Amino acid sequence: MELKQLYREIVNEHNLHPVHKKAIESPDLVMRGVNPSCGDDITLSLKIADGVITDAGYEGSGCAISQASVDMMVDQIIGKNKEEAIKLAGTFMGMIKGEITDEESLEALDEAAALQDVAHMPARVKCAVLGWHTMQEMLEHPEACEK
Amino acid sequence: MKTPLECRKDFDILKSGEYVYFDNAATSQRPRQVLEAVSEFYKTTNANPLRGLYDWSMGATERYEGARKTVAAFIGAKTPEEIIFTRNTTESINLVAYSYGLDNVKEGDEIVITVMEHHSNMLPWQMVAKKNKAKLIYLEPDEEGVISREEYTSKITDKTRIVAVGHVSNVMGVTNPVKEITEYAHSKGAIVVVDGAQSAPHMKVDVQDIGCDFFAFSGHKMLAPMGIGALYGRKELLENMQPFLTGGEMIEYVTREDATYAELPHKFEAGTVNAGDAVGLEAAIKYIEEIGFEAIEKQEQKLTALLMEGLAKLPYIKVYGSKDPNKHCGIVTFTMDGVHPHDLSSVLNDDKVCIRAGHHCAQPLMQFIGAGSTARASVYFYNTEEEVKIFLDKLSKVREVMGYGA
Repeated sequence: MELKQLYREIVNEHNLHPVHKKAIESPDLVMRGVNPSCGDDITLSLKIADGVITDAGYEGSGCAISQASVDMMVDQIIGKNKEEAIKLAGTFMGMIKGEITDEESLEALDEAAALQDVAHMPARVKCAVLGWHTMQEMLEHPEACEK
Repeated sequence: MKTPLECRKDFDILKSGEYVYFDNAATSQRPRQVLEAVSEFYKTTNANPLRGLYDWSMGATERYEGARKTVAAFIGAKTPEEIIFTRNTTESINLVAYSYGLDNVKEGDEIVITVMEHHSNMLPWQMVAKKNKAKLIYLEPDEEGVISREEYTSKITDKTRIVAVGHVSNVMGVTNPVKEITEYAHSKGAIVVVDGAQSAPHMKVDVQDIGCDFFAFSGHKMLAPMGIGALYGRKELLENMQPFLTGGEMIEYVTREDATYAELPHKFEAGTVNAGDAVGLEAAIKYIEEIGFEAIEKQEQKLTALLMEGLAKLPYIKVYGSKDPNKHCGIVTFTMDGVHPHDLSSVLNDDKVCIRAGHHCAQPLMQFIGAGSTARASVYFYNTEEEVKIFLDKLSKVREVMGYGA
């Protein structure tokens, strides 16, 4: 997908009208993710019960790709258990690195798979993976979380 | 004399006209004359300079030292020995910080820089201040980017040992009053380091007129290859400084325990030097002098005026720095409401327009002006009015791409 088309068809909607850009009530894990070189700055909050992500939200600012990507991610992970979410993050980052390209694997990412073409935009890779990387860190290293 | 636009055909990379290159403040393009000068050096007289006793090495030495003379004349150094070749401005300033700063700044002393500095003229002084328990003091500009006399006379004091200031800000494009600051700093007993990365490509620099003690600049922003830059330093100061790097080609006598160092400038040029690119820098200087700074400035000012006029018509654009296009040195930094600079730059890249987006290696300035990051268009003499029009046209369509109604 061409860049402008990507913005128009996927990114803008999530960037301008995010569904999950809000604080959630009494989160269990909170972590800030920053791309110092571009100023993307998000704080991701997860609520977890019996190993399942029951609610999630984010706040912050940054470029459209970073914000849209995290909004789509939150949409995907609510209702999933920790292992599934970590696996999903691995799939997403694999896709962005151009290592995972088969449709079957990418299907799991649902709408977020639309960001596949960011793999061809090296300058924007960090933007796309910020939310996913942060989420993976939180689940794998909860001790590093602010909360 | 060549006119700026006649020069355009010398730049192979610009020939197709496919791309609009407006990131000249990051690095310029190089004309064929520069590339050929470097190539000619390697094809005809390549050998390790300064040491060999045979024709090619002596030829390489001659070309290398010839380039030094050209650089000295270019910025008004009294003698070629006052020119040290480095990789770039960053290395030049680090040389001063390590070899002068660490030995001359004591606990409780003060180093004065501006909040507009590029990280290359900030981090070396943070290092000296931390190591020697000195205080780093920041000069702050007004909204137009100007450092007032009141500002620097209130912050440069008897405690100040070093004042390090950018000649032209790489974000605001404003030219700082380096001559006045130097005069005042000297009256307080401080030495002055001028970061000339953004001025040397665009205006006639005379270090005697400025009066500064050190002046650093890069070749790659002024048509020369990447990896060659220079440091001007007053001879008395350089002579009393310890070497920055030690090793080959910078010694007189070496025993198992000790060494005596070579005379200036070689004391500061350890290891095999970058003679090929120094020759390239010489060719770049000659190329610039053939056009002349008057014509270069005129072309840049015309383009900047056109740029700023066009940007002013877009209500969602905010331009930083002076309202006077002649005070921008070809640099126009701006933000677009609702659109992150990285998205902006990516969308423009889709239209083959190259501009910079980010913090421009000046994060404290970004914090000071209250912008997380900004977009920057910067022109050089080979850019055209047509390119400005293309840029403005493409820019005016970015908000639509980003989902804001047409």
